[in-house]
Order: sequence, then C-alpha cells, then structure tokens
Amino acid sequence: MAETSETADIQRKIRAAFHVFDHKADNTVDVREVSTIIYSLGCFPTKADIHRFVDEVEEDNMGYVHLDKFLPVMTKVLLENKFPPIPEENLLQAFEVLDKERRGYMEPQELAKYMKSEGETFSQEEMNEMLTALVDEKKNLICYKELISQLTLDLDT
Amino acid sequence: EPCGTPISIGFSYFFSYSLAIRAALLIQRWYRQYVARLEMRRRCTWNIFQSIEYAGEQDQIKLYSFFGFLMDHFTPARNLISHIFRENEICRDTEWERYFCYKDIEVPDSYTGPHLTFPMTFCGVSKLVEAFKQKQQLHARYVLQILGETWRLLRILPNINHVSVCQTKEITICGDLHGQLEDLLLIFYKNGLPSSEKPYIFNGDFVDRGKSSLEILLILFGFLLVYPNDLHLNRGNHEDHIVNLRYGFTKEILGKYRVHGKKILKLLQKIFSWLPLATVINDKVLVVHGGISNSTDLNVVSRVDRHRVRRPSDPLSVCFVSIKLKRSQGRRRVRSLTNHSSALPQRNSLPRRSLQNSSISHQLSSSVEDELKRRRRLAGFDQTYKNANGSDSDSDPDFAEAPEANGHDWKQVRYVNLLWSDPMPQNGCISNEVRGGGCYWGPDVTEEVLGRHNLQLLIRSHECKQDGYEFCHNRRVLTIFSASNYYEVGSNRGAYIRMGADLVPHFIQYQASRTCRDLTLRQSVGWTERSALRALREQLFVHKSDLIRAYREFDPHHTGKISMRHWASATETVLKLGLPWRVLRSQLVSRTHYGMVDYQQWIKELSITEPKLEVSDTSILETMYKNHSNLETIFRIIDTDHSGLISLEEFRQTWKLLSSHLKMEISDKAITDLAHSIDFNKDGSIDINEFMEAFRLVDLSAHG
Repeated sequence: MAETSETADIQRKIRAAFHVFDHKADNTVDVREVSTIIYSLGCFPTKADIHRFVDEVEEDNMGYVHLDKFLPVMTKVLLENKFPPIPEENLLQAFEVLDKERRGYMEPQELAKYMKSEGETFSQEEMNEMLTALVDEKKNLICYKELISQLTLDLDT
Repeated sequence: EPCGTPISIGFSYFFSYSLAIRAALLIQRWYRQYVARLEMRRRCTWNIFQSIEYAGEQDQIKLYSFFGFLMDHFTPARNLISHIFRENEICRDTEWERYFCYKDIEVPDSYTGPHLTFPMTFCGVSKLVEAFKQKQQLHARYVLQILGETWRLLRILPNINHVSVCQTKEITICGDLHGQLEDLLLIFYKNGLPSSEKPYIFNGDFVDRGKSSLEILLILFGFLLVYPNDLHLNRGNHEDHIVNLRYGFTKEILGKYRVHGKKILKLLQKIFSWLPLATVINDKVLVVHGGISNSTDLNVVSRVDRHRVRRPSDPLSVCFVSIKLKRSQGRRRVRSLTNHSSALPQRNSLPRRSLQNSSISHQLSSSVEDELKRRRRLAGFDQTYKNANGSDSDSDPDFAEAPEANGHDWKQVRYVNLLWSDPMPQNGCISNEVRGGGCYWGPDVTEEVLGRHNLQLLIRSHECKQDGYEFCHNRRVLTIFSASNYYEVGSNRGAYIRMGADLVPHFIQYQASRTCRDLTLRQSVGWTERSALRALREQLFVHKSDLIRAYREFDPHHTGKISMRHWASATETVLKLGLPWRVLRSQLVSRTHYGMVDYQQWIKELSITEPKLEVSDTSILETMYKNHSNLETIFRIIDTDHSGLISLEEFRQTWKLLSSHLKMEISDKAITDLAHSIDFNKDGSIDINEFMEAFRLVDLSAHG
C-alpha cells in the first residue's frame, strides 16, 4: 500500500483506538474487543461482517488479535469505506417499517420483540440497555424521530 | 396493496416480512455502533482517571523517598519529620489504656447525637447506623469507648481468620469503601445488617478519600464487638496513619473532633496495626486486601507479629524497595534514589512494556550502586548482604537472604505484599514501583500459591473496577470493589459478593447517588468524561511553565505555534501520564489553525480561577498548585500536636523542606511574603485547612 498522508492519518487513528484496549502493552487485544474498536472508528458493520473480519485477523483461535494483522485489514476497511454509516433517512424508514401505523413512536415491548427475535438478535442484557437508553420515561415510548437526530448529535459533541 | 391471488399474497407477505428483518438488522447495527462508541469514550475517560490517580501515588512515593533520604543523611530538617518514624511502643499497653481513657470526658446536655451503652448490642449498633444516616456525629467520649473496646478485641484475634460457610449460612464479602458511607448503607439495605446468620467480610480500605471514614469504622467496629465471630475485617493499605495524612482521613478526624482528635488518631493508629491480615473461607478461599507474591506462605504470615511490622510507607521500607529493584537491574529501569523524576517508571510502562532506555539505566546504575552502599551502611545492614550483581533471578521482590538488622525482619516484606500487590497478565513476579510497595504477580504465581495451600480462589480488592468486580488469572483471582462512583459520579459501579457452601461467588452491583441512577448511559458517560477533562485541565494548568518551556523547544523561531504532533509529544514529556494526547487534543484545545496549536493563547485560556491571595512571586504559586498534596502532607507531619495550626517558623521550615525535595530555589523573601499575605490568627499561627483551601483550584469552565 502506498504511504500517502491519508493512509498515515488513518493508521494513526487505528493505532490509537487499538491501544485503548491493549492492556498488556504488547500490541495485542482480546478478540472480543475488536468490534468495539471497529465501531469506534466510525464503521457500521453487521455482526456477520465482524465475524468475517475476526476470522481474518485472529491469531489461530488464541483469543487475541495482534496489531500487525489488524492494521492492514482495518486500513483497507477505512480506505474503501466498507461499512459506511447509515444515513438518517434509512434509519427513519427502518423504524417506520416496524411502526406499521407510522405513529412516529413505538412501545418499548414492540421494539423489544423485533430486536430479540429478528435479524442479529439482541441478548436480554443488550435489550435492557437499549430500553434504558431509548425509552422516554415520562411517556414510556420510544419516540424514534427525535432520538435519531439526538443520538447522532451526542456522539459528535 | 397486493391483489388477492394466493401466490401474490404469499409473496407480499414474504416481502414485507423480509423488509422487517432488514429494518431490524439496520436498527441493531446502528444501536450497537452507538453503544460501542460510548464504551470507547468510557474506557478512555477511565484511563485518564487512573493515570492521574497513579501519578498522585508516585508523587507520594517520591516524597517519602525524600524523607528517607533526609533520615539517612541526618540533616537538620530530619528533626521535623523524625517523630513519625520513631518506634513509639516503649510504653506498655496499660499506660496507653490510661491515656485513651474516655471516662473523664463529659457528654454535655446539649449533645443531640446518639448515646451508647456498653457492652454493645445489636440494637445499639443499629441505632448508631440510623444516627449516621441522619448525619449526626458521635460524641468523642463514645468514639474513644468504642475504639478502646475494639483495640482490646483485635489484640486477641489471629493474623488470619478462618471462617466456614454452610448450606444455611452464606457469607457476604465487601471490598474498598473509602469513606463512602452511602455505599455501606446501600449494601446493608440490599443485603441486611451483619448478624450471626449474616456474616460479613470487609476487605480493607475503609477510610480515606470519602467524607465519612470514621462513621464507617465505627459501624464496622460496632458490629465487630457484637458479632466477633461473624464480622471479619482485613487490613487494607489505607489502614495506615501515614497514608491517612495525605489522603484525607487525618483531616477528617481533626475537623470533626477538634479537642480529642489527636487522641482518637493515636488510638486508631494502634487499632490499624492490630487489624487482621487475611481471612480464609472453608480452607478454600483466601480473602486479602492487595494480593500475594511468589513467596507468600500463610503459615509464616500467621506467625508474624503483625502489630510490629513496618509500614510500607516507612522510608526505611522505601529503602527496601530500591534495593529490590537493584537486584533486577538489567531488566527494568532503576528507580532513582535522588528524585531524578525521569527515572521513575510510569504506571502504564510497568510491568507491560519491555525495558526502554537500557543505556540510561546503566549510566544511573553506578551512582545508584554507591548510593545503595551508603544507605545500607547507614541502615546498619550486614556486609554479608548479597550484592545484586550476582543475582540472576528474574523477579524476586522478597530477598530471603537479607539478615535481620535493626529489627527489619525480612518476613515483613511478605506482609507488605498482602496489602499492596496487584495482579498482572504476564507470568512472573516483579516489584510494584508505582505503589511503592508490594509486587505485580502473574497467573503462574497464582496457580503456584493457591496450589501450595490447597486453595481454589483468591478474593482481593485494592483496585477500582468499572463493574465493581473483575476476574483474572483464569478466574482464580477475583477483585471486588465496593466504592461506587469512585473517581466521579457515574465512573463505576460498586459490588459485593454472596457466597454459599458451594463457594461460587454471586455478585450484586449498585451505584449510590440518586443523580447517577437517573442518568441515562450516554449522560453518565458524558458527565464522567467532563469531570476527567476538568481533572486533566487542572494538571495542565499546574504545569504551565514546564509546558511552555517544552513547547518552545519545538518552536525555535518563536512563532507561538507548534504542530499537533509536537504538542502531543511535549505534553506527554511534561505530564508523564501515558495518555493518548493526540486523541485528547480535540477535547482540550478548542481551536487549531491549519493543524497548528497556538500554545501561548491556549495556556492563557485554560480557565482556572486564581487564588484569592495576592502574591508577588507567581512561580511560588505554581509550585503550590503542583505540590498541593505534598505541602499538605508535610504541614500535617510538622503539626505534631495535631492542632491544625502551625507557626510562621514551621511554615518556613515546610517550604524549605519542599524546596529541598523539589531541588528548587525558593527565596526566603518569597516565603515571607506568602506568609504575610495570609491573615494570621492573633497568636501568629496559620490554619492549615484555610491555607490549603485558599490554593485549591476551581475550574471555571465547570460552571459554564
């Protein structure tokens, strides 16, 4: 790969994110932290994407990943924008598919049902956390329209 | 709408169904990304708090190392501090009993706090808990009475308590509380008060940092007196009067008990020295505050005279630590004996990074060797002491070969390990320079020590964990930490363990503080993050002269600007916190110009309030901020009668000590000016608390 300054920048970002989880300071991270690192670099992979990524970089089923393998694969992902962000409109549409009556909000149990039974299902713990994060306490509803823009804003500040 | 033929209905049903799956997938993907990014922020914030905490600990070690140096060299200043290191147990216990007697202390009619009767009963202690919940203060007479009874009881307890659990009797194990009464009350609320049906183990560090250390102690001691077979206390490294000088417990006592504080402190000093060191459950689970080392032998530990053992914060023990380091000279940086700060290793470079700058350590080693020889002679070590050069052992924090000298029994070193050590991921056992005591021990040591004693689990505390508990070493070591929101509101949960006859730990987690419970995940992450950044800005502010000097080195043409890369590098050189400055830059430096940082402007904008005092020499101000804790520690040491007041002369001596420690010139005039700018009491003395308050930093941006 040609060493452009863009690549250098990207690699610096990848290294910084990697090192947050490099507790032994020996350029390795636990394989279970890989998804957090990928997400934190602004990517939106599915779980299947993550499994494929980990298969490529994990050290022989040893449970850890070395920076030497992680760096080139991650650099390619970022340069090629393999897991691009989800545009707000798509997210809105997704909620509206589940909110068939297009009320602009969903009951917590409704969303929970989908999250736990369809797609790449949530565990109970993930579900509980999501409800705490998304449910408006006063109305006991998930007002997804406001949430989408608010949460996007949160991460950028 | 699809038309009515079966095939088309089926198709559209299938189509809308798969659309639902796709929608769910999208939402799941989006949400998981969101959570991961929050987790990343939380982890980074955590690292900031930890780095600053460890930097503070290193600071303390440097200070005590300096005291050790003073003691060894018989300087005049030595007299100011020697009293804290004096062997003071010449008096017999009977004489101490007379000194600590509470009987002459009258409780006035105006006292509205709880009244205690002895012997203590369950009702009495419950009443005490209630009273503390109502924020009442216990009268000094009752304090001394409880403490006196506790001291008498502790003296007959063994070093290691052996307890059993059975089907009908589960045990509860709590970790560090650090003066956070809310957490103890929350545990009692969720789990019930201690009793013979509800045994508890409290694993040390009851005091310091939080505001209610004494209340926690009194409650724990109260239950100990009522249920001595079911309430077990292990000593922590903070149950140590010298550590208390720096970390707040001494200040708390003196603030709450102006007349009898000194007596209470003295009695507590004795009580701490008599606290048991460990607890073993069903001969299978070892519970100890810090941890172990490769030479831990519980048979030896149970025979040690625990109340006579030297504290690790003692400068002569600091001497031990330095000597330990020398033995593994080739393998890691040698810690300087003369405060060359560059030689002091950092938290995150131990024990994980391999040795860097080995050439520097070789340069230092010859002068270190000389210094060590002199210190050894002064400390009275035998010439037959094995020199480090011969040693080949990779990691041996205890030196079994050292002969007894001045009563410094080598067995003491093992005792230090029990209270100060931390686990590490790699195999081996190396000395823990960050803490200044104990060691880092690896999974191989865990297996060996547990195996040797036929144990199956080690439960320890000593380190704050985000979820209140954490396993390591293949789930053979369990850290339990019970002070929630330790660094800041929202920083971590506390936890406690319930364990039954099957010896399987069950965890209950919690987070005290209403504010925190009402916050959502992202709000609490944000809150904690802002707090960490405030703490960092404070560190930057107190080091501004050094920072500007470091930035200037990258700015030979005095443009006032440097690149972001240089900014990050220079900042790390000065602060030595091992933090990812390039990443943090965007949160600390609001404006950059074409990738350049205008450092002069930025430093000016670090919005920290100036003190209320007018001082002509601003460099002394900066010294004050940087050495806030050191100054306070020295003040309190010099204040021998614990009155909270020191004279002008003692004030001057403090500064001389500090300037000697820092190897800085602080002119007499600057000190006198500083003293004059403070309002003296009529008798010409300075109130330590007032003085320290005047120089406490308050981040203006916190109110923005």
